[in-house]
Amino acid sequence: MASLNKSSFLRAFASYLPLIMLFISVFNEFDFNYLKIENFAFNFVYILIFYWTLRNPDSLGYLSIFFAGIINDVVVGIPIGISSLCYLILCAVTAYIRNITLSPNFVKDWFSLLFTMVLINSIQVIILDLVFLIEIKYMSYVVNSGFTFLLYPVFFVIFNTLNQIIFQKKK
Amino acid sequence: MASGRDDFVIAFRSAFLKKKDKQKFSLLSLILLSIVVIILSNINFKPILFMKIGINEIIYRSSVIISKPENFLKNLTLKFNEHKNLFENYKNIKSELENLKEEKIINNFLKLENEKLRNLINENVNSDELLAKVLIDRESPFLKSIILNKGTKDNVKMGMGILDGVYLVGQIIEVNYTNSRALLLSDLNSKIPSVLAPQNIQAVISGTGKNYGIIEHTKDEIEEDLKNNDAIIYTSGLGGLFKPGIPIGKISKGTNNKVKFFSDFTQLDYVRITSFTFGEKR
Repeated sequence: MASLNKSSFLRAFASYLPLIMLFISVFNEFDFNYLKIENFAFNFVYILIFYWTLRNPDSLGYLSIFFAGIINDVVVGIPIGISSLCYLILCAVTAYIRNITLSPNFVKDWFSLLFTMVLINSIQVIILDLVFLIEIKYMSYVVNSGFTFLLYPVFFVIFNTLNQIIFQKKK
Repeated sequence: MASGRDDFVIAFRSAFLKKKDKQKFSLLSLILLSIVVIILSNINFKPILFMKIGINEIIYRSSVIISKPENFLKNLTLKFNEHKNLFENYKNIKSELENLKEEKIINNFLKLENEKLRNLINENVNSDELLAKVLIDRESPFLKSIILNKGTKDNVKMGMGILDGVYLVGQIIEVNYTNSRALLLSDLNSKIPSVLAPQNIQAVISGTGKNYGIIEHTKDEIEEDLKNNDAIIYTSGLGGLFKPGIPIGKISKGTNNKVKFFSDFTQLDYVRITSFTFGEKR
């Protein structure tokens, strides 16, 4: 009986893990600044949303992603709604890729992430710099997108393992 | 050709409008909602402002709780690094202390003289101070700011200065009921009117988004001069937000006019929120 309860708890926990990770990362705004590595920054949330909405869309609801964006804006201190818009555009691209591809291909996904990041960072820069007149550093966006792109394969392997565990538990 | 375009339209429509089994809202409706939120959040309408303050309060408090494990890891890393450099730091601090002792004797005299002169022209700077705890110090690559645990209920107002010890670290840019956000000097949007000593040059210290600042609005010859001499940067008091003479940072020769801030913004724990009024002594 105890093992049955334990297994159902683990199953529920595993299926909610992407959502938990999403909210922890927006509340925490993982920056690794304390490691004092000059010019090192990556956007974990982009990787997380891109992977899960592409490979297992049921694990992350669009409404949760919208709220995660609102939280991220408040924590970072930029006008509310900008991150939500960016995250949802990321979801739109993954939904489009899902609709047009029959068999998933890692390399194509990887380069789609780069294209999507260029698109959403451009939107963010236009809104912040031209509409709200907040001075931003373009280089930070380039470095951030670069590291996010480079680190995607690492997180892809981790998330793939997690996805398999979730899938097996569901089966 | 036509079928290719049809495929694109179908995939596009399906991505934006179709709801999946577990999705309660379509992407298009949420994207439109985000745009509405962006527009609403920038309208100066009281109910919206109250709602914004409420959202900020809840999210800041939750963020403090959730970031506790990360902060623990951060403190552990810092402590480890401190222990590693203990002996080297001890030697540096010892020689620095000797220099400071000598300077203190001279400074005491200058302080007395300054006070006497101010009294003569009947000019006094009064300051109100408030001790605040740093709740969140998220230095994202795009915005350098900290959240403090004092807000409108403690009479915190926009534009008040933030001091770490005697050093200026930033100013208040957003005030909620129980907390507030301060923009750090290292942020790109931070511009502080300053004076460079001993050269006595007026300049604006601007953040760079990194852990150093730069001087702006000075002549090229002055910048050339700074390349060969050290300079200490203080607030100039222009603009009336800060009192003159609050130390900000220093420029060492040969550092390409980079301003090294006196305070380490990653180590802020408690800060003082200050406001200044100019006039007769209270």
